[in-house]
Amino acid sequence: MRPVLRFLEDELIERIVSEARDVLCKLGVEIHNKDVLSMLGEHGAKVNMDKYHVLFTNEIIDKALKTVPKSFKLYDVLGNQTHDFSGYDVYYTPGSAALNILDYDTNKIRRPETSDYIKFTKVVSGLKNIASQSTALIPADIHEKISDSYRLYLSLLFCEKPVVTGAFTIEAFEIMKELQIAVRGTEKELAQKPLTIFSCCPTSPVKWSDVTSQNLLDCSRFSIPVEFIAMPLSGFMAPVTLVGTLIQHTAETLSGVVISQLTNPGAPVLYGGSPAIFDLRFETTPMGAVETEMIDCAYNEIGKYLGMPTQAYISLSDSKQVDAQAGLESSMGATLAALSGINNIAGPGMLDFESCQSTEKLVLDNEICGMTLRMLKGIVPREDFPTLPRLEELLKEKHLLISEHTRKYLKEEFYFPSSVIDRANRTRWEKEGRVTLIKRAHAEVEKLTRDYAPSRLPEDIKKELTKLMMGEARRYDMKRLPEIEI
Amino acid sequence: MDILKEISENLELGDFEKVSLLTKKAIEEKIPVEKILKFGLIGGMDIVGEKYKTHQIFLPDVLMSARAMHAGMDVLKPFFIREGMPNSGKVILGTIQGDLHDIGKNLVGIMLKGAGFEVIDLGTDVSPEKFIETAKKEAAYIIGMSALLTTTMPMMRKVVELLKKEGLEDKVKTIIGGAPVSKDFAQSIGADAYGYDSTDAVESVRKLFNQA
Repeated sequence: MRPVLRFLEDELIERIVSEARDVLCKLGVEIHNKDVLSMLGEHGAKVNMDKYHVLFTNEIIDKALKTVPKSFKLYDVLGNQTHDFSGYDVYYTPGSAALNILDYDTNKIRRPETSDYIKFTKVVSGLKNIASQSTALIPADIHEKISDSYRLYLSLLFCEKPVVTGAFTIEAFEIMKELQIAVRGTEKELAQKPLTIFSCCPTSPVKWSDVTSQNLLDCSRFSIPVEFIAMPLSGFMAPVTLVGTLIQHTAETLSGVVISQLTNPGAPVLYGGSPAIFDLRFETTPMGAVETEMIDCAYNEIGKYLGMPTQAYISLSDSKQVDAQAGLESSMGATLAALSGINNIAGPGMLDFESCQSTEKLVLDNEICGMTLRMLKGIVPREDFPTLPRLEELLKEKHLLISEHTRKYLKEEFYFPSSVIDRANRTRWEKEGRVTLIKRAHAEVEKLTRDYAPSRLPEDIKKELTKLMMGEARRYDMKRLPEIEI
Repeated sequence: MDILKEISENLELGDFEKVSLLTKKAIEEKIPVEKILKFGLIGGMDIVGEKYKTHQIFLPDVLMSARAMHAGMDVLKPFFIREGMPNSGKVILGTIQGDLHDIGKNLVGIMLKGAGFEVIDLGTDVSPEKFIETAKKEAAYIIGMSALLTTTMPMMRKVVELLKKEGLEDKVKTIIGGAPVSKDFAQSIGADAYGYDSTDAVESVRKLFNQA
């Protein structure tokens, strides 16, 4: 039995969705993009171009919900399937777009550079419980106009896993699409085997900027999967109650679903978000707050109820260091998310309100992910009936260490974490130098970097990616890209 | 492939039938028994021990290799007797008087056997006198004691004291282990060594024999 956690009864979900529909149809949505407004108008929505305002109708909402896919798959750079976003299956991805990196040597934050990004990507390559990469850092040694596409370029060069990413401008979409086509071959092949997921973020309350709505439109046209990242803040930019926040989140996310499906019926989406409560004492948006995590799990239930795979930024921490708070917030989030069946769980590695990545935390979080993935396999009989013969064997042999049953099921029954997790007895731990968590994590980071095997993406494709990226850099008067060794 | 390497590799895989066959073949090929033991069997077990220590393999794998090692040893035994070659050494093992817990002690026994030592397991609730009597009778160099209870730990001291009283402290060495036992405790009662887990116990026993 797969354990499943639920916060909402169906009746409450129906009331939330009904109220969200009212928000969309009676209060409407502000969309600062005339193409999107026109498209909605053509489908029967009441548009006021001058005020960038649109009133949705229940008909277009129903139409969108009819065509939105219940599931979709992701494929790595080599074309192998890695994800099937359906049902309660969960996959982990590192938290994305951090402005800072926590430097191991100084234990201080700094702006990341290309070399940090590459190292992070190499580590992600080796982490078994992290299914996809994300464009996790924003390199500071590159023109800001191409910092989005440059991240995708590095990710495609150095790691085979699919990429959770996003564009910072309308113009960037083109090159980010071209980079993907260089890997897949054609637009059609890219649509058949999606390689990336683009985050598209409405602005609370119920607004879409020109950039994000255009990105959503463009992704939908090319069947590039999109995850909606609505960010209502309970008590500040959303009602203080969790139900009130969920109603607003549902309205904001549903508006995205409608834009996507009316643009291209059947375009793949993840019903996602990054809502949070607003801590009025510090004026911050704690991602590790239990209420934030409850909102995430609950909107995931709403997404599933509406027939979509889901996403959330949840297994992350607000701590500034890789400390006990980081561990407890990330593991609570990951556990709740896994039990709730959030299909794409984003967060590993992230600290400080989604602003700081730590490679050391990432390898620790990889273990948290591994433990939760084991938990989801549940408790299942494995040749356990009858057990009498096994106990007879135990009495006869005095142990079951080399019993066939043990050897057959040991690795299925137990998840063995890497040496990041300390399970030695005290004497051994002392004898081996009383190594602390952060040092063990750093050693694992160094090991994974050393053991990194280059991506098997064909060399001519890697060269094509570099050619495309160089062309984009020149558009912004950059004569060369930072030196990298592939 | 070099037959000794083949023995070592099959021992790593825990294939006792192949190890047995290959050991016979090596003898037929007139490879010195000492060499078969050192580079084939013990060589293989050393690799297994290292892999276990670094978590590349797990306990069941080690025990499968130990079983393969025994299969090879069974083939070599008649030649040891003929050529007078000693085994790795004899160890008396037991849970101390008043204590019935034997999981750790059994594990140490299995690992010691796997490393080629001859183990005489006295079981649980073993009196200090019984330990010493057996060590004398068997001419064993090492007594290994285990305890899980803090209340039974003091009995270990009695074994060390009795050995001294009988003037045997140079002829018989002691090693202790168990959940409440520590290196400091071992030193405080005058035990010669302490093993914090089964692998460490094997290493400590090896060291004691090397110092002999």
